[in-house]
Amino acid sequence: MTAADKRSLPVLDIAAPPSQAAHLVGDFRPELLRSSEHDLCPGCGEPVAMRLALEVVQELGCAQRAICSVGIGCYTNFTLTMDVDSVQCLHGRAPSVATGIKRMRPESLCFTLQGDGDMVNEGLQEVVHAAARGERITCIMLNNGVFGETGGHMTATTVLGQRTKSSLEGRDAGYHGHPILIADLLAPLGGAAYVARGSVYNAAAITATKRMLRHAFQAQLDGRGFSFVEILTMCPTGWFIPVEQGPQYLHEVLGAVHGVGVLRDGDQLRTTRELLAEPRKGSR
Amino acid sequence: MTAIVSRGTVRLDVEACKGCALCVPACPPRVLSMSTARNERGARYPELVPGCTGCGACRLVCPDYCFEVYKFDEPVVHEVGGGEA
Amino acid sequence: MTSIAPAPRRQLMAGSEAIVAAAVEAGCRFFAGYPMTPFTEVLEAFARRLPPVGGVCINAESEIEAVGMAWGALATGARAATGSTGQGLSLMMESFSEIARAELPLVVINMARGQYDYTQATRGGGHGDYRHLVLAPIDVDEAVDLVPLAFDLADRWRNPVQIYGDYLLAHTVQSVAVAPRAFPPLPAKDWAVDGSLGGTGRARNINSLGLVRDLKGIRPQELWTRLQAKWDRMAAEEIRFEAEHTADAELVVVAFGSLAKFARYVVRQLRAEGRAVGYFRPITLWPFPKVELGRAAGGCRRIAVLEQNAGQMVEDVLLSVLGRVETVSIGGISTDNSGFGVGDLLNADEVRRRIEGALP
Repeated sequence: MTAADKRSLPVLDIAAPPSQAAHLVGDFRPELLRSSEHDLCPGCGEPVAMRLALEVVQELGCAQRAICSVGIGCYTNFTLTMDVDSVQCLHGRAPSVATGIKRMRPESLCFTLQGDGDMVNEGLQEVVHAAARGERITCIMLNNGVFGETGGHMTATTVLGQRTKSSLEGRDAGYHGHPILIADLLAPLGGAAYVARGSVYNAAAITATKRMLRHAFQAQLDGRGFSFVEILTMCPTGWFIPVEQGPQYLHEVLGAVHGVGVLRDGDQLRTTRELLAEPRKGSR
Repeated sequence: MTAIVSRGTVRLDVEACKGCALCVPACPPRVLSMSTARNERGARYPELVPGCTGCGACRLVCPDYCFEVYKFDEPVVHEVGGGEA
Repeated sequence: MTSIAPAPRRQLMAGSEAIVAAAVEAGCRFFAGYPMTPFTEVLEAFARRLPPVGGVCINAESEIEAVGMAWGALATGARAATGSTGQGLSLMMESFSEIARAELPLVVINMARGQYDYTQATRGGGHGDYRHLVLAPIDVDEAVDLVPLAFDLADRWRNPVQIYGDYLLAHTVQSVAVAPRAFPPLPAKDWAVDGSLGGTGRARNINSLGLVRDLKGIRPQELWTRLQAKWDRMAAEEIRFEAEHTADAELVVVAFGSLAKFARYVVRQLRAEGRAVGYFRPITLWPFPKVELGRAAGGCRRIAVLEQNAGQMVEDVLLSVLGRVETVSIGGISTDNSGFGVGDLLNADEVRRRIEGALP
C-alpha cells in the first residue's frame, strides 16, 4: 500500500485508551517524571535521553537511592519535573559535587546530568579527574555539539564544518581547532569501569542507549568504578536546520565523528576510531 | 474492501504535541501522519490509520512524551476502502 | 554516682593542627582542599585526622573542585569544610556565591598570606548578594574556641562561615585543649538530599535560584530577598568583638587577627605607662561591629587602624564613625620575601613605634 493510499485510510480515534481488549506496553512518561511538560524545543533529543535515564533508575529499583547532580543547560529544566533528589551545580562542576555526595552517601546512586558544553568545555578537568579517581559515580553527557541554551554556539565537541553562531563559516581546524572526543579521554583511565556513547537518532539507537545506561549504573552499583554514558541528541534549533532533519543530521554529521558504541567495559578498551571503522549499520 | 490488521494502537496526548513530526518517519509501518487541524499550542499532531503493530517506536522518539502504546489481546481487523488496495 | 568529666587534655599544637582537631571534634566529617602555603598543613591534618573517625579527606585536583566536593558533602547534610589562602579562595568565589545562596553550611578555613585579605574575606569576590560570616581568631587558643562556634553558626544560619587565620596562626605552637562544646539544639536538616524521597512526588532539590516546582520555575527574587533579610538578622545578632581601655582613650587602635595580639600587647604596655590609649578588635570581621566601634571610639580624638595591607579594614572603621573621629592607617603592606609570611610589621617594637607615632 502506498503512502498516498494510506492517507485515504480512516483516521482512528486515539484520544482515549482503546476500547478493544489491549494491554499497555508503554507509558506516556517515566514514573520518575512528574509531568510531561518541559520547555525544550520541538524535536529536541534531550527529553528522549532523559526518559531513558529515569526509566533505568526506576527499573533498577534505585528511585529512593538516586541523587542527581545537575549541570547547566537546557536539560536543567528537568529539575522542575524529575522525581529524584537533585542538586543544582555550576556549569561543568557536577562531577565534584557528585563526588562529595557519593563519598558521604556511598549507598546512593549518584549520577550527573551534563551537556557537552558543560562537561567538555567548562568542566573537562572535573570529569577527567573523577574518572581517574575511579569515583563511583555515573556521568551522563547529552551531546548535541552546541551550547543550546545560550542560542547555538560552538563547544569542544562541535564537529569540523559545523556552523554555529561562533563558527559562522563552519568550524575550521586551523582557526577553531578540533573537537574533543571526551569518551576517548576517559576510557583508558585506570578508574574508568564503563564508558559508552549512544544516540537517540532512531528507535534502535534509543534502545541500545538505554542498555548502555543500565550497564553504566550497574557498574556503579557493583562498585567497579567510574562510569560514563555520552548520548548524542538532536538540537535542530542550535543547528539552524528544520526539525525534521534533526535525526539525520545527528546520525550523519555528529555520528560520523562521535561514533557510537562501548569504549570501555572492564578490561575491554576501544577507541572511537575503531568503532567508526566497523561497518556502520543503518541503526546502531 | 480490504482488511488491514492492527496489532496495536496508541493513545495520543494531543495537547502535549509540539508538532515536531519525528514520529512520522520513525513509524515502521508508516501509519502516522500529521493532521491538518491544530491543537491549542497551534501545532499539528499525529493521526493514526490502521496497521499499527504496537512496536512503540513513536513513543521512543517523541520528545514530548505524547504516546501511550498498546498491544491488542487479539489483532483487530479493519475493513477499509471500497476500491482497490 | 556522678562522674566528673576529666579536664580536657592540653597539648602543644600548631595552629593548623589545632584548628583541624577542633573541627573534627565539632563533627566535621568531610574536607577537600588543595595544598597552598600557608594553608597546606590544614590539608595534611585533615588527611591524618578524618579517616580514623570515618570521615573523608580529599586532595582535590584544584581549589574549584575542592569547594565543589564540599558542596556535595554539605548537600547530604554532613558537616563539611574547605579552605585555602587568598589566591586559592579567589578560585572558589563562584562556588561561594552559589553555596551561600543555596543556604549550605560551609565552613571555610582561610590561612591568609603576608598581605591580609580582609576585603576578600568580608566582601567576597563572588557574584550577587551573599555574605560569609567571618571569625578572626587572635591566636591558637581563641581559634580552638571559634572553630566549633563556626560549625554551629553555619548550621544555625544555613550560611557559610569563614575562620580567618594567617601564616602566624598556622605555624604558632600553643598549648591548647580541644574539647567538645555544647550548643543549643539545631533544627533537623530535612532539606538534605539522601535519595529517600525519590518517586514520592516530593523529591528534594538544592539550588541557589529559588526553584519552586509548583510554580514550574525559579523565583530568585523571592529567595534572594529572603536571604537579604537573613543576612540583616545575622548582622544584628552575631557581632563579636573585644575592647579594652576605650572609655577614656584619646587614641583607639583597631586591629584584627594575629596582628591584633601585638596591638593589644602594646596598648596594655602604654596604658601601664599612663598613656590614654585604647584597643578595639573585631572578632567577627563580618558582621563588622560598626555600632559598637562607633560607641567605643566615639569620644576619642583619633583612631589608628593597624592592618597588614594597603588599607582594607579601614573602610569599615570609617563607616563606623562616619567622619566623627579622625581615622588614620598606621599599618601597611608587610610581607617577607616569599610573600607568604611574616614581615616587619609583625613585631612588637615596630607596632609600638607606629602607635606612638599616632598619639595625638
